[in-house]
Amino acid sequence: MTKNADALAAAEKASTYEWGFSSDIEQDFAPKGLSEDTVRFISAKKNEPEWMLEWRLKAYRRWLDMEAPDWAKLDLAPIDYQDAYYYAAPKVKPKLGSLDEVDPEILRVYEKLGIPIEEQKMLAGVEGARKVAVDAVFDSVSVATTFRAELESAGVIFRSISEAIREYPELVKKWLGKVVPQNDNFFAALNCAVFSDGTFVYIPEGVRCPMELSTYFRINAENTGQFERTLIIADKGSYVSYLEGCTAPMRDENQLHAAVVELIVLDDAEIKYSTVQNWYPGDADGKGGIYNFVTKRALCQGKNSKVSWTQVETGSAITWKYPSCVLSGENSVGEFYSVAVTNNRQQADTGTKMIHLGKNTRSTIVSKGISAGRSNNTYRGLVRVAATAENVRNFTQCDSLLLGHECGAHTVPYIEVKNPSAQIEHEATTSKISDDQLFYAMQRGLGQEEAVALIVNGFAKEVLQQLPMEFAIEAQKLLGISLEGSVG
Amino acid sequence: MTRNDERMRMLEIENLQAEVAGTQILKGLSLTLNAGEIHAIMGPNGAGKSTLTYTLGGRPGYEVTGGRATFDGQDLLALAPHERAAAGLFLGFQYPVEIPGVSNVQFLREALNSQRKQRGETPLTGGEFLKIARAQADALGLSMDMLKRAVNVGFSGGEKKRNEMVQMGILDPKLAILDETDSGLDIDALRVVGDGINRIMRKPDKAVLLITHYQRLLDYVQPDFVHVLAVGRIVRSGGPELAHELEREGYGAMAA
Repeated sequence: MTKNADALAAAEKASTYEWGFSSDIEQDFAPKGLSEDTVRFISAKKNEPEWMLEWRLKAYRRWLDMEAPDWAKLDLAPIDYQDAYYYAAPKVKPKLGSLDEVDPEILRVYEKLGIPIEEQKMLAGVEGARKVAVDAVFDSVSVATTFRAELESAGVIFRSISEAIREYPELVKKWLGKVVPQNDNFFAALNCAVFSDGTFVYIPEGVRCPMELSTYFRINAENTGQFERTLIIADKGSYVSYLEGCTAPMRDENQLHAAVVELIVLDDAEIKYSTVQNWYPGDADGKGGIYNFVTKRALCQGKNSKVSWTQVETGSAITWKYPSCVLSGENSVGEFYSVAVTNNRQQADTGTKMIHLGKNTRSTIVSKGISAGRSNNTYRGLVRVAATAENVRNFTQCDSLLLGHECGAHTVPYIEVKNPSAQIEHEATTSKISDDQLFYAMQRGLGQEEAVALIVNGFAKEVLQQLPMEFAIEAQKLLGISLEGSVG
Repeated sequence: MTRNDERMRMLEIENLQAEVAGTQILKGLSLTLNAGEIHAIMGPNGAGKSTLTYTLGGRPGYEVTGGRATFDGQDLLALAPHERAAAGLFLGFQYPVEIPGVSNVQFLREALNSQRKQRGETPLTGGEFLKIARAQADALGLSMDMLKRAVNVGFSGGEKKRNEMVQMGILDPKLAILDETDSGLDIDALRVVGDGINRIMRKPDKAVLLITHYQRLLDYVQPDFVHVLAVGRIVRSGGPELAHELEREGYGAMAA
């Protein structure tokens, strides 16, 4: 692979320049394996300034001394980190002439989700569909430009993280890695070293973001990359609702995904962050699915600040994910609403951490785990109250629903309270979809799968109603699709 | 039953045998209902009343080992439970089931539209459905608030039975099999439920099979025929007077 060697040399050379600019690298992927050279290559490829490269290299060196965590209830073969590619230009999907060329199985799912036909074309990668889709969905000639102009007039910065590193280096420098330190955990350190791209959002003081960033994101979420990095800052008194992911099935060749999401919330500001994750879970035997190891954390630094995480997790072979809130501002509020569905051989170990540092901080945790097939679904949550935190309140509710008798549901709550004024409540239930419920619904006219979907949606309702409207309906359908074939 | 010969046959059960967990419960039960008729089946505990209900509804675990059942000309036993519902069969449950997080409105709209889809009819819009639901709730003296609550969750025994009647009114079946709908009802609720059955089902193109222990529901819903079920088969049939006789003399004499 002399091409690789050439590219590497070019990358090295580029990295010695002050801004690391290099426009003559033609290579589209970094050589296999992970080394300082790989990190330099990525940084050069993205035209990053020197400080960013240094930041990455520092993370890489830290990562070398770390070990993959093994405390989660996951059955996971060791991953060979040298046997992977860490940078590749976005894959060019095969150009399709029409929807007739799309995998009928995928079309069936689109249909069930009720995705409009033009949007289906875009998601499936039908040639020329993108612009049409955008126009069809939003009835606008150039929606991206319109959106961008609208956001800019409100002072909202919404960029890829690569653009933000170049255009807003002070903001990025100030906050990147402040919520999730480089050495926070093995996967976070890995992400810091090799993150490919991601999203940067800044909402200025007193601004209510004029649109759900989901609306924008949905049509732009084509290639999110393997090591995604997201940084959202809500300045004083601002508000933003952000949605990542897509209910449509996401096929991806990269088996390992390790994203980092950092949220910063200042005085009286609020971020609502919603996720719908529907990555490939592997076949019925669990072969080929995606490993999703994500670190998501919010810092409620300001007084009266608020963060609300909502997640619907139906995909991936393995999910390792604990969206958390550090509640340091007085009266700050953290919320976590989660639905995690596992079927076949899927494994999910997910939950949250609520770290109460400030006075009068409050948190709410509502977790709904649904297990079917031979899957395992674990809720793991930490509620910690520091000695300084007076009058903390937490309410946690963990409900598990089992379909069939070969699956597992596990609840692992950790509660650490160092201030006697705290009020902590934890409720947990485990139930099965009963034969009585199924027969009752079927006797009224629902087919078996419709009946299962209805009962499961009822179980998950408290969480689903936290989602932005247009996604709540698709997410409901998604739950039904994820559990197809799990009963009878 | 010669006077009904010209009427349309609604349900025809011939020599039905069924078992539950390997134990034979129905041992050759035969019964015919014509359109426009209300039949009552009475019998002691363990006679097979609920087994008959569930077997006709197609509940898994209730295995037919012999005999036939024809509903409106179709082989009822060959259909899946939801197909039986779409064909026009409604079961009123002795113990209506709770479905947390699913409102009555959502449940019934999805159920009705699923039935309509199976019959090749267009689904109802939210507005069209609510109009029907409101009319049925009004007729049974239930508030719409109750229809917005989760299916049977936190309902009293009486409310659950009224809710069954609302469901029956909305789904508008051809044949209703009502399994001990009168159990657990006070006298006012009994009247409401009885009026509901008469209003919804007492029509020339519909039929009802009332399954009950007691005479008291029959004070409100006058049956055309009364049958006595004992140890898995019909042992006696007659007119409404048979119910009074049972009330006086008990099942003991009858089953012997």
